[in-house]
Amino acid sequence: MNLLDRKLFRDLMRLKGQAFTIALVVGVGVASYITLRTAWRALGQSRAVYYENYRFADVFAPLKRAPNSVADRVADVPGVSNVYPRITKQILLPMEGLLTPARGELISLPTHGRAPLNDVLLKAGRLPEPGRGREVLVYEPFAEAHGLTPGETLPAILNGKRQDLMVVGLALSPEFVFAVDPGTIVVDDRRFGPLWMAEDGVAAAFQMEGAFNNLVLRLEPGANEDAVLNAVDGILKPHGGLGAVTREHQMSHLMLTGELQQIEMLVVFLPVVFLAVAAFLLNVVFSRLVTLQRSQIAIIKALGYRNRTIALHYLKMVCIIVSIGSVFGLALGAWMGNAMLDLYAQFFRLPMIRSRVDLPVSINAILASFIAAVLGVAIALRQAVELPPAEAMRPPSPARYHASVIERVPLIGRVAQTTMMVFREVWRRPVRTFLSSLGIAFAVGVVILGRFGEDAMQPIIEMEFGKKLREDITVSFADAVDDGSLSYIGSLPGVKQVEGLRQTPVRMRVGPRWRDTILIGIPGNSQLRRLYDVKAQPAHLPHTGVLVTSILAEVLGAEPGDLIEVELKEGDRSIRQLRVTGTVEESFGIQGYMQKHELHRILREGSASNAALLRVDSKHEVELHSRLTDIPSVQSIARKRTVLDKFEEQTRRTMKVVTLILTLFATAIAVAVVYNNARVSLSVRSRDLATLRVMGFTRGEISSILLGEQAVQVLLGIPVGMVFGNFGARALAEGQADPEQFRLPLMISQQTYAFAILVILVSAVLSALLVRRRSDSLDLVGVLKTRE
Amino acid sequence: MSESEEHGVVLAAHDVTKIYRMGDVDVHALRGVTVGLRRGELMVLLGPSGSGKSTLLNIMGGLDVPTEGRVMYMGRDITAASDRELTQFRRDHVGFVFQFYNLIPSLTARENVALVTEIADKPLDPRDALELVSLADRMDHFPSQLSGGEQQRVAIARAVAKQPDILLCDEPTGALDFKTGIKVLEVIDEVNRTLGTTTAIITHHAPLASMADRVVSLADGRVHQDQSNDTKIAPRELSW
Repeated sequence: MNLLDRKLFRDLMRLKGQAFTIALVVGVGVASYITLRTAWRALGQSRAVYYENYRFADVFAPLKRAPNSVADRVADVPGVSNVYPRITKQILLPMEGLLTPARGELISLPTHGRAPLNDVLLKAGRLPEPGRGREVLVYEPFAEAHGLTPGETLPAILNGKRQDLMVVGLALSPEFVFAVDPGTIVVDDRRFGPLWMAEDGVAAAFQMEGAFNNLVLRLEPGANEDAVLNAVDGILKPHGGLGAVTREHQMSHLMLTGELQQIEMLVVFLPVVFLAVAAFLLNVVFSRLVTLQRSQIAIIKALGYRNRTIALHYLKMVCIIVSIGSVFGLALGAWMGNAMLDLYAQFFRLPMIRSRVDLPVSINAILASFIAAVLGVAIALRQAVELPPAEAMRPPSPARYHASVIERVPLIGRVAQTTMMVFREVWRRPVRTFLSSLGIAFAVGVVILGRFGEDAMQPIIEMEFGKKLREDITVSFADAVDDGSLSYIGSLPGVKQVEGLRQTPVRMRVGPRWRDTILIGIPGNSQLRRLYDVKAQPAHLPHTGVLVTSILAEVLGAEPGDLIEVELKEGDRSIRQLRVTGTVEESFGIQGYMQKHELHRILREGSASNAALLRVDSKHEVELHSRLTDIPSVQSIARKRTVLDKFEEQTRRTMKVVTLILTLFATAIAVAVVYNNARVSLSVRSRDLATLRVMGFTRGEISSILLGEQAVQVLLGIPVGMVFGNFGARALAEGQADPEQFRLPLMISQQTYAFAILVILVSAVLSALLVRRRSDSLDLVGVLKTRE
Repeated sequence: MSESEEHGVVLAAHDVTKIYRMGDVDVHALRGVTVGLRRGELMVLLGPSGSGKSTLLNIMGGLDVPTEGRVMYMGRDITAASDRELTQFRRDHVGFVFQFYNLIPSLTARENVALVTEIADKPLDPRDALELVSLADRMDHFPSQLSGGEQQRVAIARAVAKQPDILLCDEPTGALDFKTGIKVLEVIDEVNRTLGTTTAIITHHAPLASMADRVVSLADGRVHQDQSNDTKIAPRELSW
């Protein structure tokens, strides 16, 4: 080891607290990049491979019923490369141990060979065989949630008939990477899962021989999507086409894409923040170090060492710190990347392609941290190295201070001298103060981001589950049933109140803008469904005309008072002009509301409902559910409490991890900023502070001067951080995959602000206390004997 | 009333020994020093470098504690005082002047003085303290805008502004040229005469002894000589 290296090693040992905290920030920066990149690549690549190998469709077109020959006409549409007609049906699965029956989406598989599109990935067992109508493949997570294995039976209600299906295999599908029950908003593997059955079996059970009700297509590369969708809609219209959509509107794909987009946002933002903070801290610490070692540098130069050698000497020190940080970051990143993928695996069911270490990603992360570090120290090093030895051996000229303009303000000019010391020090280094506060602000913002998601969910839960949906149970029917059936339901044990809802698919259009959506008819005196306007005030249903969600109004460019064109997709499929009378504020979906009897009038039908809202007495729930399950037309039964619980559990589980990780990251920043600044400040001002001690100032008094400066930076940073947090939250809220389907309100609770401030204050105070221990043991006599 | 106080001794060291442990060797800085500072007198503590005079001053001023022996202030034993008590002692009773002035660079002359008056019981007005050292006209200057001699005078003003019982000066002219040094000594002398502040000046510079009421010389950690000076002269008459 040469002598300079020996010096380097000893200097580093002396700086170990500072080196450690900076390495920590570098490490967190590297780790956040690797984690997010790893997760992003793994998820993105897995998706691409999965979609390709299992031929995920480009376009989805649900319809009422069409003869198989119609599919051939769709295949002739220019731009369509492949069509696959199939039958899908909602069924009930009265599983043991569940109060309400689970929902199954039964999907047909070709009688012979594999599905040409949206093929299943067989995880266990075998495919169902033709001619054996009871055999099904079950979605693997659903089977796991119920402990089902091939060879066991599964109770189901097909077209009103209870029968036991035979599980022959377990499967996954690119269509259900994120399997959310279309009726609810939660992933609940116990209560929802797709099943696959050979086509002849499904057709026989639902009288669909020679027909299909669901068409999926693949497009040729470069096909004009809009033209294809229009053509497909035209062909399917006479057959009850509900509107073809591209995969961007397919729920599973949408959720997966949303997640990838969020990672993409964070993967830029987080590492940049951490590396910038690390660069800044290296600048602070090394500027001080070369000032302290000014005379040493002069002597080394006088001895004949080259400038380059000296610059390299300090750069080596920087590199050691960054290397330690990088190694820590690599390990942390690899671990967290895996943990993140494990978390994803609970929601996204796809064969995940994992790489142990992603080499290019790791190299990028390390390179970036070295570049940031070198940029951070470059100026300080240059100045130190270029100083002529004779000048370098003289002590640096005394610090110059000026009275600032602000002090002319009468009150400010009258503060205690110790406060003035703090103030002038802060004033003298505006850039450092600014950057330190910025670092703290980032830390505050990061904590807020970590908790924002949970906050934003609260108003959704309160509004949707607390105010809007007032029923205990929602029963939906495969087809609209006469309202006479509602009185039967009302007579069931435990039912206290029942209301019918009528929902019908429509296309709403204003000029060239249109959306496929649903129109919901609510009884005029409804007790179980309440609508709210943008000010959270109850919105009243007009006698005629529609209320639309504010997003739908925005998408269509419709204002209250405007007429919109409503194309029915049921009944005579006629086109009606309806007046928008107002907007309602909702978190999920785009839809319109009107009086139920008005909807009947438009549909030219008598009183009918396709959903019943029930208020029930919980004492009779078990019996009630069993009776409801026996009603042939019932397609699903959803219990609000269960959905809410699942929703909250799902939100909390993800958010807890995110909150914890981001809070720890933010703590690393806050600790590093405060500790390093305070250490440097102590080094710069030890002489002043010792003088004060000699004059009779107590330890407490001098540490309040030393730490006052840090306190100012922290206190300046906190409000800025709250603004940053707000911006970040806004970006996240707006970065939702499909704001039309789901909107996250920009809501940050006071608890979150308080939590963020508390985390930063505690980190700052603990770091400050570490430095205070050093200021307590100032060598009074020694300091005074030396000239700076 | 103790014996020392009867003789007007305000601050006294009794048989003080100080041993520093430097690595594996013990350095005897003081070897049984007894010295007393009498009310109102100006004492010069003379000795070559390494004689232990700074150590003695630091111990008497409550900046350091003796290894053996006792330190008495107004008849009170402060040898075993806690850090908190020593801080209070310095705060209430002692003013220090150092070779390198030790002004706070971020505070103006007046503010440096006010630093002390804010925490003192019966302080002078900072302006009066600066007038005493003839710097009232420069009181809004920052240390970087003052010469060395001016800075040292501010330091003296700062030390006396709280009207301490004792003023301890450690090589106050050590960093100054002759003319400036004389000016600083005149200020110290004036403080001693007009305010009656008991004063001790440490120096390795023998001619300074002529301005003292009493001269104590230290060598090798021991008191070599302790005698009154009956032919005291004004600082401006000093020569070296």
